[in-house]
Amino acid sequence: MIRVVLPYHLRNLAHVSDEVTLNVDGPITQRTVLDALEAQYPMLRGAIREHDTQQRRAFLRFFACEEDLSHESPDANLPDAVATGKEPFIVIGAIAGG
Amino acid sequence: MLAGILGYNCSLKINYNAVAEERFMSGVRILVGTRKGAFILNSDGKRTNWEVSGPHFAGWEIYHLKGSPVDPNRIYASQSSSWFGQIIQRSDDGGKTWHQPGTPAGQPAEPGPPKSESNKFAYDSAAKPLTTHQWYDGTQHPWEFKRVWHLEPSLSDPETVYAGVEDAAIFRSSDGGKNWKELPGLRGHGTGPKWQPGAGGMCLHTIILDPSNPKRIYIAISAAGAFRSDDGGETWKPINRGLRSQYIPDPNAEVGHCVHHVAMNPKRPDVLFMQKHWDVMRSDDSGDNWKEVSGNLPTDFGFVIDVHAHEPETVYVVPIKSDSEHYVHEGKLRVYRTKSGGNEWEPLTKGLPQKDCYVNVLRDAMAVDALDKCGVYFGTTGGQVYASSDAGDSWNPIVRDLPAVLSVEVQTLK
Repeated sequence: MIRVVLPYHLRNLAHVSDEVTLNVDGPITQRTVLDALEAQYPMLRGAIREHDTQQRRAFLRFFACEEDLSHESPDANLPDAVATGKEPFIVIGAIAGG
Repeated sequence: MLAGILGYNCSLKINYNAVAEERFMSGVRILVGTRKGAFILNSDGKRTNWEVSGPHFAGWEIYHLKGSPVDPNRIYASQSSSWFGQIIQRSDDGGKTWHQPGTPAGQPAEPGPPKSESNKFAYDSAAKPLTTHQWYDGTQHPWEFKRVWHLEPSLSDPETVYAGVEDAAIFRSSDGGKNWKELPGLRGHGTGPKWQPGAGGMCLHTIILDPSNPKRIYIAISAAGAFRSDDGGETWKPINRGLRSQYIPDPNAEVGHCVHHVAMNPKRPDVLFMQKHWDVMRSDDSGDNWKEVSGNLPTDFGFVIDVHAHEPETVYVVPIKSDSEHYVHEGKLRVYRTKSGGNEWEPLTKGLPQKDCYVNVLRDAMAVDALDKCGVYFGTTGGQVYASSDAGDSWNPIVRDLPAVLSVEVQTLK
């Protein structure tokens, strides 16, 4: 079971109040986790990754185990602690703007 | 004879009651988009007491909301954020509840392809000619989707709605907002390399559907100008003859003008009024030719313009000091009204602040209702929404402290 923490506005969009849990088959990567997240919450499509390019939106960052994984390959394995559900995969909005 | 007289009197009485009943039952719903959410203001036909609901989509920029003329309970909203991108929201109950079309709240996806992609606005990459547009530094730049500025529901089908977007293009949904397809003929006109972003981006902000001709659509872009389609959006022609803009290399160019807003009285659809960056303009031939009608305005820079619901020669603008100082002239919030189609303008000040006021009124932030005594409404960047129930003679704030207002639309309810 993969745990994902969403920022406030995306929790509202997905109508969830807490972290979400996902079943992900195969390797646990940014891509497979986000694919599973968008499959379970289709209203998030385009809000984390750009529709066409599947690139991370510029003002969002990905964290896990106190590390910024934003610039890692989307196909790189996430830390074991995320894969085992011990630690969440965190989507966070950059602190910018007003 | 007696029966005839009685019948006549009886008929009069029934008509009187019908009018009274309609006035009693009618109401107004104002849809307000702000920098930090949407608000819905409701009143009965007297328009003196208002109920305020919101914020809906708190914390998000709501560039525009608009209700279907066919089904007033159907409202579309553009919700956007620099962080999370573009979201389309829809209400089917007059704004009480909302959902993203095709993805009801919290509903898990079923296996298979996406049920909808209501927030996906993909430019038609097959459209010819493929063009770039002019960037701020004069170089060419590819089209990049930013947000939806304006939503225009069809006059005949609640499932059909048009979207004006940044970077400038027009999209249409025929399934209630679930899927969007560009009408590529607009960018395909071929003048794209001469279009350029204004200070607010290169936005298609105005869409007007001609009630007398379902094939005719008007749009306006900052900074490209106004365009018209006479074939339902397949092909477009620039309609900027008569516009003169000193700030572009050729002041009389076919495209490149910074049109801020265009308005039409639906009962006289061939007459259009325009607030250009500078200059208030009028066309009597569906945009083919324009003439300036700024007349005695204290400044003819501004954003909003609208037309009285029943008097097509009565037009409203809010002059703004200049394009360097985006606030009202002399610290006074004044709506200017002409009753003669332009040139002769009178300031409307009763109930509006006449000192120390430095707000702006953005291009989509004025609307009129269709009640007997036409109501006029506008919102400011200071968060006030003002209402006049007497065609502008006097004004009252409905709310004073909302986030900066981006758009105001009115639904006249029966």
